[in-house]
Amino acid sequence: MLNVSGLACSRGERRLFSDVSFSLAAGEWLHVQGENGSGKTSLMRLLVGLSPADAGLIRWRDEPTPSAEFRRDLIYLGHHAAVKEDLTPLENLRLASALDGIALDERASMAALIRLGLRGREELPVRVLSAGQKRRVLLARLLTRPAVLWVLDEAFNALDVAAVKLLGELIAEHLSAGGMAVLTSHQPLPVPGGKALVL
Amino acid sequence: MNALLATVRRDLLLALRRKSEVLTAVFFFVIVTSLFPLGIGPEPVLLKKIAPGILWVAALLATLLGLPRLFAADHVDGTLEQMALSPSSLGLLVAGKILAHWLLCGLPLVLLAPVLGLQFDLDASALVILTLALLLGTPLLSLIGAIGAALTLGVRGGGVLLALLVLPLYIPALIFGAGAVEAHIAGLGAGGHLSLLAAMLALAVFFAPWATTAALRIALE
Repeated sequence: MLNVSGLACSRGERRLFSDVSFSLAAGEWLHVQGENGSGKTSLMRLLVGLSPADAGLIRWRDEPTPSAEFRRDLIYLGHHAAVKEDLTPLENLRLASALDGIALDERASMAALIRLGLRGREELPVRVLSAGQKRRVLLARLLTRPAVLWVLDEAFNALDVAAVKLLGELIAEHLSAGGMAVLTSHQPLPVPGGKALVL
Repeated sequence: MNALLATVRRDLLLALRRKSEVLTAVFFFVIVTSLFPLGIGPEPVLLKKIAPGILWVAALLATLLGLPRLFAADHVDGTLEQMALSPSSLGLLVAGKILAHWLLCGLPLVLLAPVLGLQFDLDASALVILTLALLLGTPLLSLIGAIGAALTLGVRGGGVLLALLVLPLYIPALIFGAGAVEAHIAGLGAGGHLSLLAAMLALAVFFAPWATTAALRIALE
């Protein structure tokens, strides 16, 4: 489904990586590893189509990306919090869905927030939540947005032990339902199997 | 279309939680336009002559005041990235953000203008023309300004650069907007000026969201 071949990226004069190739089929995931500054985040941004690659081709369902279908199938969670501090977790989740053109009822959003351990926090402004809780609000989007390809950049940062375990479970469920995931992390991930890519 | 309305609703809700940012621009408009009659003194003939220009320049600067924030917050917290990757078209979401900006920074000016125009001894028909001109002109200011805001996104000292970039582009709107009221007072009829403003608005509605989207994609790289 996802085919990447000969991807290259440079920042200024410095070549970050070249000739990165991999492919993912339904149920597979890729662990992108590498030192700080080796270009993991750049690879993720190339992959989702936020920045153009110097060389190489990314194909999704045999179509070159970015296509409308790719954007519908993709969810990308990066380093940024991507939540609005002045809104509550519930509002954040529902408005983010609305922007994506998906109507989300209150029950479904509450269920997602409860699954992520935010029961009782859903009406507080995100501003007063801790870094890990903000991260959980963002991760709730994984449950409310039906996407096939999850691209998660350092998604395990700022999470406590229970949340790391929970995210591992969510990814495993997603994979067993035929989804795909590309993850970066410095720690070993609590998800079985998976291909590794070292930059 | 739903995504566009959702963006408007989101931005209005955010503005509601942070009222001071919106009120700043509106208060700026009220205070600047009130300072002139106070400074010049009770000279109705002179005030009437300068009124259209002053109200328009103040509206222009008030719009400019809100522009740097149009995309900055979404850029910093990563929501803009999410919008760019959303299944909805980024152009629609951007159009929604511009519409929300006009509702927050433009529409209040249009509604206040007739009241503030009274300070300049404008008669009722001139106030109607002034309001009409602003109703056509302020969305134009928001649309052109959005291109500038997107181009200067993430640039250090972007606020000053934004003013330098956008103010020259505001000149046609200023000339025809203020000209409409002047022509009406001179008895020439404001139809021509208003038609030109409307034509510029139609052109901007079509091209500005597209140009803004292209600039945002570059800023996100």
